[in-house]
Amino acid sequence: MDLSAINPVLFVAGFLIAATPLIFAALGELVVEKSGVLNLGVEGMMIMGAICGFATAVETGSPLLGFAAAALGGALLSLLFAFLTQITLANQVASGLALTLFGLGFSALLGQSYVGIKPPRLAEVNFGPLHDIPVIGPILFSHDIILYLGFALVVAVWAMLKFTRAGLILRAVGESHDAAHALGYKVVRIRTLAIMFGGACAGLGGAYISLIRVPQWTEGMTAGVGWIALALVVFASWKPWRLLLGAYLFGGITQLQLNLQGAGVAIPVEYLAMSPYIITILVLVVLSADKSSAPASLGRTFHASS
Amino acid sequence: MKLSTLLASAALAIGLAGGAYADDKTKVGFVYVGPVGDGGWTYEHDQGRLAVEAEFGDKVETVYVENVAEGPDSERVMTQMALDGADLIFTTSFGYMDPTINVAAKFPNVKFEHATGYKRADNVSTYSARFYEGRAIQGHIAGKMTKSNIVGYIGSFPIPEVIRGINSAFIHAKKVNPDVEFKIIWAYTWFDPAKEADAANVLIEQGADVVLQHTDSTAPQAAAQEAGNVITFGQASDMGQYAPMPRVSSIIDDWAPYYVARTKAVMDGTWASTDTWDGIGAGMVGIGEITDAVPADVKAEALALKASIADGSYHPFTGPLKKQDGSDFLAEGETADDGTLAGMNFYVEGITGDIPN
Amino acid sequence: MIRLEKRPQASQTFSWAAPVLAVLATMVFGGLLFAALGKDPLASIETIFWQPLFGDFAFYYRPQLLIKGAPLVLIAIGLSLGFKAGIWNIGAEGQYIMGAIFGAATGLAFYPTESFLIFPLMILAGALGGWIWAMIPALLKVKFGTNEILVSLMLVYVAEQFLASMALGLLKNPEGFGFPGSRNLQQYGSAHNAELITGSGMHWGVVAALIAVIFAYMLLARHRLGFAIRVTGEAPRAAKFSGVNPTRLVLFCMGMSGLLAGLAGMFEVAGPSGQITIDFNVGYGFTAIIVAFLGRLHPIGILLAGGLMALTYIGGDIAQSQLGLPAAAIQVFQGMLLFFLLAFDLFTNYRLRLGRAEAA
Repeated sequence: MDLSAINPVLFVAGFLIAATPLIFAALGELVVEKSGVLNLGVEGMMIMGAICGFATAVETGSPLLGFAAAALGGALLSLLFAFLTQITLANQVASGLALTLFGLGFSALLGQSYVGIKPPRLAEVNFGPLHDIPVIGPILFSHDIILYLGFALVVAVWAMLKFTRAGLILRAVGESHDAAHALGYKVVRIRTLAIMFGGACAGLGGAYISLIRVPQWTEGMTAGVGWIALALVVFASWKPWRLLLGAYLFGGITQLQLNLQGAGVAIPVEYLAMSPYIITILVLVVLSADKSSAPASLGRTFHASS
Repeated sequence: MKLSTLLASAALAIGLAGGAYADDKTKVGFVYVGPVGDGGWTYEHDQGRLAVEAEFGDKVETVYVENVAEGPDSERVMTQMALDGADLIFTTSFGYMDPTINVAAKFPNVKFEHATGYKRADNVSTYSARFYEGRAIQGHIAGKMTKSNIVGYIGSFPIPEVIRGINSAFIHAKKVNPDVEFKIIWAYTWFDPAKEADAANVLIEQGADVVLQHTDSTAPQAAAQEAGNVITFGQASDMGQYAPMPRVSSIIDDWAPYYVARTKAVMDGTWASTDTWDGIGAGMVGIGEITDAVPADVKAEALALKASIADGSYHPFTGPLKKQDGSDFLAEGETADDGTLAGMNFYVEGITGDIPN
Repeated sequence: MIRLEKRPQASQTFSWAAPVLAVLATMVFGGLLFAALGKDPLASIETIFWQPLFGDFAFYYRPQLLIKGAPLVLIAIGLSLGFKAGIWNIGAEGQYIMGAIFGAATGLAFYPTESFLIFPLMILAGALGGWIWAMIPALLKVKFGTNEILVSLMLVYVAEQFLASMALGLLKNPEGFGFPGSRNLQQYGSAHNAELITGSGMHWGVVAALIAVIFAYMLLARHRLGFAIRVTGEAPRAAKFSGVNPTRLVLFCMGMSGLLAGLAGMFEVAGPSGQITIDFNVGYGFTAIIVAFLGRLHPIGILLAGGLMALTYIGGDIAQSQLGLPAAAIQVFQGMLLFFLLAFDLFTNYRLRLGRAEAA
């Protein structure tokens, strides 16, 4: 055993990257759920983003265009969910699961000719001298622009929900769609926009995996991150800052597990691999003292005449 | 009437009655555990299928089903292929072992080939590749190339196949570099590219400048490239897009020669149940081009090692070797028998850490 | 302008016509997809829907429908009870795994003793395994108000790791030459969940699924508990006034769904699958959620929905091998089918009206 082999600075920098796909996907879902809609199709939208981003980046040579395409792809797929749940008033849980099934299959069809290709690389942001500051430099100033975008998006969503009129309306729709409707807000339109935002964010998260974190394209490569993102939203009790914390906790525990193995700590691996989930449950129990709960209309179907 | 007779007679009746079915094409089925687009295990088996088509053209018809779960789903898919008139069926995952035996019992006239298993029957052969031979060459290059003397190794699950590879690589790294140390991370998943990337990064952060992988994605290659002076080896497929650095060589699963030969045997009526465990010599294990990132002398040694393994003059598990606990494994000059290799569940002396469980 | 108007009552006609329309629409759009992939659309559709039921080898595929559909129905029935009451167990996959592990471990503990008592014991153990795994989120919800969606989902991942650990460790076949995976229960008479009539596909899991359908139907239609479930889902506040104990309801619904999922896992491992392996679970627990909703949370509906899902799986595999369709195309096709089924359900409760909305 050699714990000194673990470099804390690199460890932290590592889990910042590991957490980024989760942050995007979970943040998008947070906004969707704030509007009172439960979309379980995050995994499907992520994998669509992963292939749209990958294919575009490969074809154009520009990773940034790839990310734009990923956001678009995720949003387009989410429109399908919006149509089902907002127009045809279908059950949200089942529609979301169907969306995941569809997204996994469709992305695999789209990606058939992209297996085994290396995508163009997105460079780190150049912070000049900041990058060379000990400890802080490698942790904070040695990443790509998308990682910072994820962080900025958390701030933006937090500010939007807390301080803006748009945020107020979104929350109103999520708390009571009937009351919001009575006040003259277009419930269906607002929710559709929220769903598309969620889709775009999930797409970005997926592309972060296929373009930066791995980077390659293979079928089903998101391997369940979308489900973790869903869990993270509940874990964060619909608060953006807590979501950030939760994403780092998730990313961090997996990193720690791998680090301990590398350092030769004799640990039963499968039990360590369980630990992020068990710890989430424990944290959840502790947090449940906090009574801030889900948006009241979450998962319920809205129809103006009902 | 028993189901087996019912199935067999139905297949026979259809085969005889329908002129459309009873053509002289040899029909070969493939059951895949992953998608053909996985770029690794299943992808290489599918390359073997395509080679069969290329070889025999109109004389064969190949069919495949991908993403077939082990258990009853695989049993159904195999039965379906047999009912549809397949003459030969390749089942390409260890977990298909019992289903293959079950279905084979019901279709005595259909030949089955099960990859990586140990159960055979009159119409069931088994085949597998001696990947550990390729690991020996990797170990040699790794031992020579490492400057930090730390070699990282990403394993999927602690099963004999993976443990055998670790031992083989370690033995040959140690032989040329007594100070070498292996850091082993078990991913506990068959497929999760993001986790493989994390594992590779952790190994590199902990000082490894060679990363070996027993997982199929290119994530560790990309991580090594990002890090700079780290070398890697392609796994399952060549991963040539990462050559010449970090990927300095690779182990390639090449099933094509075997699949072509077995199909030919069915066509000629010479097929018989066998147990094939081929390596570099027979071409089942390919060693991808060793790039110029490897010094010329090391490359020459590696090629010599490859040649000696290929012609059978050298066995990667040759004594004297001890097990991790210090007990004797192989005496001077003794080589490991296939039974020991197949079920290998211990590390050799010098590897630190324990195998989980 | 087209607008929706809520029907005073759910339409009987449409509750039957909607699924048929949905299947037809899927055939049209799926056919277009298959044509785009260069395959004969009619042959593809025929292969997926017709061959398993009425093709040359239907005598083999029909029993397979039971084998594939039974776990889906068994799990979905349990889930539907909770879903009706607004209790969201989405961790059935984990409960399925634990049921299989408990059941198989019980059987293997007696190996190689033969006794008629072993199989009933395994059934009890399997039910217990699933039940315990579901009681964790249930008790946390009751005691601390913890969200059961999240906890039950997290426990799926825990169960998967536990499964890997068992397949590689404690339950590993001692005669398996070091390879992962347990002994095959199919080769252990007392523990084998064999077909009751050879070639029929009927095993105890199928019987259990049918019993569960009847039991759920009776419960919901006749029993006070069924009333409590329905009223809690539809009007939680009214439920409180009518004396429903929410704590007991959570414990019952979660426990029941876990128990049935555990049973499904146990019957699967002792029968069609035979072995505890690293990849034993194949997603029945998640697919069952879709089945429950497709069946509109109604026992008979779930039975039909389970059969339909099984049909597309089996037909899809046939289409892959006979027509060379990629597995991904089958997945997209299944996704489409679900979309249309969900979308056409609209007409059960609403009708389209042309013209302007009346002033509210």
